[in-house]
Amino acid sequence: MTDLLEPRAMGRDLVRRDGVQKVRGTATYAYETPVESPAFCHPVQATVARGRITGIDTEAAEALDGVLAVLTSENAERLASTDDAELAVLQSPDVAFRGQVVGVVVAETSELARQGADLVVVTYAEQEHDSALTVDHPGLYAPEKVNPSYDTDVVQGDVDAELAASAVVVSHTYATAMVHNNPLEPHASTALWDGSSLTLWDSTQGVHPDRKAVCTVFGLEEEQVRVVCPYVGGGFGSKGTPHANVVLVTMAARALPGRPVKLALTRQQMFSLAGYRTPTIQRMQLGADRDGRIRALTLDVVEQTSRIKEFAEQTGVPARMMYTANARRTTHRLAALDVPVPSWFRAPGECPGMFGPEVAMDELAHELGIDPIELRVRNDPERDPETGQPWSSRHLVECLREGAERFGWAGRDPRPGVRREGRWLVGTGVASSVYPTMRQAQSTADVRFEDGRYVVEIGAADLGTGAWTVLPQIAADALGVDVDDVEVRIGDTRYPIASVAGGSSGTNTWGSAIAVAAREFRGKFGTDPRDGDEASGQVDQADTDDEHATYAFGAQFVEARVDVDTGEVRVPRLLGVFACGRILNPRTARSQFIGGMTMGLSMALHENSVWDPRIGQVANHDLAEYHVTVNADVGDVQAHWLDEEDPYVNVMGAKGIGEIGIVGTAAAVSNAVWHATGVRVRELPVTLDRLLTALP
Amino acid sequence: MKPFAFARPGSVAEAVREVSAEPNAVFLGGGTNLVDHLKLGVARPDLVVDVRTLTSRETTDTADGGLLVGAAVSNSELAADRRVREHYPVLAQALLAGANGQLRNLATVGGNPLQRTRCVYFQDVTTACNKREPGSGCAAVGGYTRYHAVLGVPAALPDATAADTCIATHPSDMAVALAALDAVVHVLGPQGARTLPFRELHRLPGDDPSRDTVLGHGDLVTAIELPPLPMAARSTYRKVRDRASYAFALVSVAAALDVDGDTVRDVRLALGGVAHVPWRATRAEEVLRGGPATEHAFRAAAEAELAAAQPQPGVDGGNGFKIPLLTRTITATLRDLTEGATS
Ligand SMILES: Cc1cc2nc3c(=O)[nH]c(=O)nc-3n(C[C@H](O)[C@H](O)[C@H](O)COP(=O)(O)OP(=O)(O)OC[C@H]3O[C@@H](n4cnc5c(N)ncnc54)[C@H](O)[C@@H]3O)c2cc1C
Ligand code: SF4
Repeated sequence: MTDLLEPRAMGRDLVRRDGVQKVRGTATYAYETPVESPAFCHPVQATVARGRITGIDTEAAEALDGVLAVLTSENAERLASTDDAELAVLQSPDVAFRGQVVGVVVAETSELARQGADLVVVTYAEQEHDSALTVDHPGLYAPEKVNPSYDTDVVQGDVDAELAASAVVVSHTYATAMVHNNPLEPHASTALWDGSSLTLWDSTQGVHPDRKAVCTVFGLEEEQVRVVCPYVGGGFGSKGTPHANVVLVTMAARALPGRPVKLALTRQQMFSLAGYRTPTIQRMQLGADRDGRIRALTLDVVEQTSRIKEFAEQTGVPARMMYTANARRTTHRLAALDVPVPSWFRAPGECPGMFGPEVAMDELAHELGIDPIELRVRNDPERDPETGQPWSSRHLVECLREGAERFGWAGRDPRPGVRREGRWLVGTGVASSVYPTMRQAQSTADVRFEDGRYVVEIGAADLGTGAWTVLPQIAADALGVDVDDVEVRIGDTRYPIASVAGGSSGTNTWGSAIAVAAREFRGKFGTDPRDGDEASGQVDQADTDDEHATYAFGAQFVEARVDVDTGEVRVPRLLGVFACGRILNPRTARSQFIGGMTMGLSMALHENSVWDPRIGQVANHDLAEYHVTVNADVGDVQAHWLDEEDPYVNVMGAKGIGEIGIVGTAAAVSNAVWHATGVRVRELPVTLDRLLTALP
Repeated sequence: MKPFAFARPGSVAEAVREVSAEPNAVFLGGGTNLVDHLKLGVARPDLVVDVRTLTSRETTDTADGGLLVGAAVSNSELAADRRVREHYPVLAQALLAGANGQLRNLATVGGNPLQRTRCVYFQDVTTACNKREPGSGCAAVGGYTRYHAVLGVPAALPDATAADTCIATHPSDMAVALAALDAVVHVLGPQGARTLPFRELHRLPGDDPSRDTVLGHGDLVTAIELPPLPMAARSTYRKVRDRASYAFALVSVAAALDVDGDTVRDVRLALGGVAHVPWRATRAEEVLRGGPATEHAFRAAAEAELAAAQPQPGVDGGNGFKIPLLTRTITATLRDLTEGATS
């Protein structure tokens, strides 16, 4: 238990501090960094899914007027570490997936670089590749751990006996699609070597982790490298760890010492080089008594990773703690394929992992004739079923109840496919959401008194989420001053170390460090400091609560309409209620919630990286053909939250909110579509062809 | 991306001369399709001749009561034209169903029907494509065929390695409406000016999938003429797509219907998203004309049109769903038009 800060600035609806710069276009992003006479890169990519390079002809590219350098595995510098195979760029002639970087052309203009890249001729000894995920792939294996360090398999109780004793068993296979993060700002950087020091302006979710990775790969000391990133045009996890492009631009710049070099991936390149969410196949069983009490829950997940680097999405993890069950089994199996390297995607684990279970709950509710909300209420566990720990706070039931009230759930006719308004079949659905409240191990903040104001420095990141705005609110309350008297500086490794903006842990971790620094500062200098007084604070590990299970919860409600002639799905209403501890700024919080829910809607109806296993590539690899929900798809989206104070999580009483909005939404959409049509779509996305044949 | 020369001559005649003189030259309209292809390496011209400011940007009344639309009129302007909205609502709706506001502001009436297929393999120079690289084969066969053809394709599964295989669709919405309206294309070519029926502009792949249209090198579209068609006042465009806006058609239906009591006096029906050309559904029209205006008859006509439809299997389920989807969409569109007629 911690002493909560008294909220004065926290909780206020303050406008974004960086809003004006962004609207006016004066906020500079990595690629726009104003530098003297930059050179530009364009990667050369493998056109086979597996093989070995037998020859690279760079002559035509090098002969182009304005081409400054062509790097390939034949002439690129040897990296200090190739432990991370994704980052071992241009180190060997082996090709592990189509689209892998096999060269880079550096030129006076981006057009010339692209032309040069087109002129590089690479020949391959092609090998047979295997890139199709199937539920019975012969190579399925159990990873040692799933991300970041969860048990691969967890079995509790006697599953078979409980299933046998169940009055009703729901048993189905669910699937989520391969999806790409697709932030608006591509993966982009500007790199400049000056002697032995490197400055890297990089679009990243964390300047410090980014620097650490670059130092490891290039064998540099941290003092040699500065990473700068004040603004990010979205990351959604895909900028949570650096990808090959960062190594490539750094190499290219080293080949042109003293000259800044820029690299922005094209949208098409992002589909093979910037991470993605694995498709998941979820075999699910729910056994219950007539009254809805769950006896057995099993979830066996099959997903993919790349042959060269393991990434094990923790899809089965939320099912371990969400509901009561007498017995439970959750497992993960991976197929290591000749595919690009999967990576973090908003709410890794929870987002795909709440699709199957939350649709299965809806199916169970129908089988039992119990309202889907009531079924969830009956299975709300008093303690974390996996660890037996008490919850730091769990208000799922309250979210469901308040959501039902706001949405107008009462009196809902549970029968599917019976409501018709004009050409529309109408239905409603609900699903629960969860996201763990995490704090990273390391972050430091400095507080300095400067010209009558308090300056806080921390190498944190704002992905458009609101850190520029919210951290000053925390600092103000921690220092007991007006928020206008606080300036927070982030996005530069010149500021103290800060953890990645990921796992909805940023505000939690950095805010905790700021609170410690403020306490230190006041302890040292009192309330009347002198100019230049400075104190530093680190996240207080002593303060971490490991006796409670700490999670945020929520519930999403959806109204779906399905065109009776064509099967087209529209979602006029999407409403979420969340219990996420103290909401530090309702404005930035709301945009996280509705952004997350909209992304969940997008996952439900549209997003689908269509894999072409013949060539080993995403076929629809641009934003015209890979559909992300657009404005016309989004009707009334509402986010509400409960006043929840959680004294166990941190001194702000705040839980992370960046990811929970996406969790659960897709299940709620699928459930609503079923209620509208009677068609159960267990495989995402819910496209019209999956409904058509069953329509009247 | 390959460097090219850029020219903006003083007149259409000069533009035609310049393009005719250079075998690897192209016209540039709004550039919303061509510029993407320049970047992707799909188009590799030596000379780009900008005609955006040369062709007419006017829509004028013709003597017989139709409209003559200059090739430089933007998609947005044409959609907003009061005469189009009143007399040819199917065209205004088709335009507004295409792309998004920014693109429609740039896209021209000349360029729109000449936009190229969205086949993902056509747009990716690392894959085989007879349309882009004649003789290289067709990567779409057995691949991602959701947006591919079911009409005008061979009855058996095509041969992916054959030089004449192409199962692409024409992506334009506007063109589907123009096909239904019996529009006329005004062309200025190296041999002078001529007109041709819009329905003859696009061609099936035949033995040369690289050619989308019958236009020859140096043929400039100067205008599109809409003949008078009183029945088009009751016309509509129904586009079915994977998201509510800013997506190409899975299938679309352009229809005009003239109903006398319970009988179909006349009908115009064209389909989009289903063939290498905007598909005029003449078979269905024949079945409908003079017959009853009932849902049953509409469905029968749709089925007659689709009798030869050929699903294309592929990853992600193929495109067989388009056949029932089309039947349902044609039926619903005609039904809605009839209901409009009686109300
Ligand atoms: C993301 C995206 C989504 C889109 N969605 C849709 C959609 O849903 N529906 C739809 O219908 N369209 C859609 N479009 C396509 C858009 O409508 C076309 O790109 C546009 O209409 C082309 O017109 P333009 O004037 O820009 O042609 P350009 O790009 O300038 O030219 C296209 C072709 O026509 C040739 N050309 C141009 N003008 C003439 C002329 N006067 N005479 C002879 N040849 C000429 C050019 O050489 C080129 O080959 C979309 C485009 C994008 C990028
Ligand atoms: S369908 Fe046509 S455009 Fe597409 S790959 Fe085949 S030949 Fe090329």
